[in-house]
Amino acid sequence: MDFELSEDQVALCDGIRDLCQGRFDIDTVRGLADCGGVDRQLWSELADTGVFSLVVPEDEGGVGLGWAEAGLVFEQLGRALVPGPLVGTLLAAEVIDDAVVGFMERPYGPALVEYPEVIDALLVLDRNGVWRVDASELSVEAAQSVDPLTPVGRVDLLPQGEQLMDFCYGWANRAVFLNSALQVGLATGARELAVAYAQERQQFGKPIGQFQAIKHKCADMYSREEVARAALYYAGCVMDVTHGPGLPADPGGYLYFEGCTIELGDTLGDREHQELVRAVSGARILAAEAADHNGKDCVQVHGGMGFTWEIDAHLYLKRAWALTPQFGSLDRHADRIANLVGADPLGHAAPLG
Amino acid sequence: MDIRFSAEEIAFRDELRGWLKEVLPTLGDPPDSDDWTARRKWDTGWQRMLYDAGYAGINWPSEFGARGSTPTEHLIFLEETTRMGAPYVGMNFVGQLHAGPTLILEATPEQRARHLPAMLKGEEVWCQGFSEPNAGSDLASLSTRAIRDGDHYVVTGQKIWTSFGHVADYCELLVRTDQEAPKHRGITWLICPMDLPGIEVRPITTVAGSSEFCEVFFDEVRIPVENRVGDENDGWRVAMVTFSFERGTAFISELLGTMNQLAEMVDIARNTSRNGSSAWDDDEIRREIGRLQAEYDALWALTKRVVSQAQRTGMPGPGGSVFKLYYADVKKRMADLAHRMLEREALVLAEGSGDEQTGGDMVASRLYVLSLSIAAGTSEIQRNIIGERILGLPKER
Ligand SMILES: Cc1cc2nc3c(=O)[nH]c(=O)nc-3n(C[C@H](O)[C@H](O)[C@H](O)COP(=O)(O)OP(=O)(O)OC[C@H]3O[C@@H](n4cnc5c(N)ncnc54)[C@H](O)[C@@H]3O)c2cc1C
Repeated sequence: MDFELSEDQVALCDGIRDLCQGRFDIDTVRGLADCGGVDRQLWSELADTGVFSLVVPEDEGGVGLGWAEAGLVFEQLGRALVPGPLVGTLLAAEVIDDAVVGFMERPYGPALVEYPEVIDALLVLDRNGVWRVDASELSVEAAQSVDPLTPVGRVDLLPQGEQLMDFCYGWANRAVFLNSALQVGLATGARELAVAYAQERQQFGKPIGQFQAIKHKCADMYSREEVARAALYYAGCVMDVTHGPGLPADPGGYLYFEGCTIELGDTLGDREHQELVRAVSGARILAAEAADHNGKDCVQVHGGMGFTWEIDAHLYLKRAWALTPQFGSLDRHADRIANLVGADPLGHAAPLG
Repeated sequence: MDIRFSAEEIAFRDELRGWLKEVLPTLGDPPDSDDWTARRKWDTGWQRMLYDAGYAGINWPSEFGARGSTPTEHLIFLEETTRMGAPYVGMNFVGQLHAGPTLILEATPEQRARHLPAMLKGEEVWCQGFSEPNAGSDLASLSTRAIRDGDHYVVTGQKIWTSFGHVADYCELLVRTDQEAPKHRGITWLICPMDLPGIEVRPITTVAGSSEFCEVFFDEVRIPVENRVGDENDGWRVAMVTFSFERGTAFISELLGTMNQLAEMVDIARNTSRNGSSAWDDDEIRREIGRLQAEYDALWALTKRVVSQAQRTGMPGPGGSVFKLYYADVKKRMADLAHRMLEREALVLAEGSGDEQTGGDMVASRLYVLSLSIAAGTSEIQRNIIGERILGLPKER
């Protein structure tokens, strides 16, 4: 066991970070709000770097890395607030080439579709399979999103679309995992912004970061983020141990989201798969809460400035709010874990190996 | 990142499991928590059994009779022993988990040869004499004085909150050797035998009604200079090494024990009736158990990161402060959840549940967790450390 980043993994993080700093500086990112969240040129630069083909095997033209690495990359994208249907486009890489692809669970009623102006296609997951809906089939009614970087539109009834494969629980798990990675990145970005301001802003003749109320808030932000990060990295490793690198055959199992058409399966699957479900749902809860709390604390640390459009604090928080109500509520993920431990209370102590 | 155990690590685990299966049934019942003679016998006897079977000091260097293996095997050892209900490290906590590791890094060859094998065999129980009545969080302001007299330091002053002070043979003792220097630069780390003339130990009764810690008075106690670890006046640095183990890795089996308790909570929930059904059927309670599990799993993952850092660098990273801060909080929430279920039954302490080191049953645990945000540096101090040392925020003073 060596649960620290390898040299290659550190280099991967640094590379993506450099890319984000160079091409997705905050002014550029803010500007993307005016073009539906995606600029084709920038998007293809992400694609060329291999961001969306990370887990596609090398002999199929991908980068051939594992889910742990995909998590590291998505964490950096979240930290830099890079917008766009990142999760869908990565998951779709296996089945659709060179496209901007959204991904969502099929709701019972009307749907809120993200990035409606820029997607080429939408992958829809429901209890019968994974479906491809072409963007041209969507009749979208404008809606104003709380997050300027996550535009949304209403679609009264999602077309059924073309079936790409049978129902695949693995897809849902992967979506949950990548979503969590973005959230850990958001928690990090918000904490970094708060700490920088706490060092620089002076009141009562000293930096506000010298006041414990602020210093301790920053320490709590960091702790949440670190604990969520550990959960995320662990989940990525478990995905690789149970799936192997690449997009593998689905491990089966169960997952359910409320408010949508996917329901609880009653098989608990094998031991490894339980470990996977538990790790992914756990990371999901901690990452979403870290992003939400750190976003709010970041606003608070900035005082009045925190309530302005100008300061980036709200962008972290709003993105967190956009990412949280996806792929099952936190309560559902807590249920999922509880059901597993209820069935096998001592399960924690049997590590994979 | 690779969370899988290697073939050797798995072989180690399997062999350990086999051994535990064989010996655990022969141990008999643990002693009464107030019977200190019997507790010493139990804790040190277990340590001796570990030593004889080659399981003492898993990641300590082999030259002292230890296994000389990796921090990962130590983690596996803690995981398996906790899971199978083996005795807790108990009063060997200081010796095994932070005094020993400090000596390995900082002591002279003679000091190591003198103490490490004895610690491994369960022949020496250690305690920690850091805190004083007027130097708790502000530890560096400690005033227990040591005056050099030839080959000896003559020590006068008082320590407090010394866990197991009344049963320990040795003490990791911080003393002031320079009155004039800035407070962090006049401190020295000494090995103090607890049977020297001039030492008086008075147990203190805790909130749980037992006597886990003590006041220790020093009246011109003569400690040989050869018992000094590190240079004179360099004791603060040595103490930081001690803390990195105490905060970094010493809580591993605690966490595992807590995860076992959460599993018991599932049983409690199932057996507690509520609104005509069981507490387990109450969404709020069941979800809170799910969330606590997610948080413990994450802390366990964080522990693996801290251990992996220790494996690479020889010392746990500052992640230990994050762990300690977060853990104290989650465990309090777990105890409170247990009490929401137990209701009136939460008044009754289980028989023999006074062992504050593990928190015994849920009711005792609710008291025990109060100490988690105080001992080994309060949560406020951990936040200062994270804010200043990790995040680089300006110091208070
Ligand atoms: C069960 C238990 C076992 C222990 N075992 C040992 C042992 O074996 N050996 C040993 O040496 N010590 C031991 N301790 C002592 C422990 O390390 C101290 O209690 C701890 O460091 C706090 O010091 P204090 O008690 O003097 O509290 P104080 O320092 O007086 O703190 C009181 C309150 O003020 C807060 N506070 C203090 N300074 C600051 C600050 N700068 N910023 C914000 N808040 C602040 C604290 O957080 C706390 O809430 C033990 C304690 C307990 C509870």
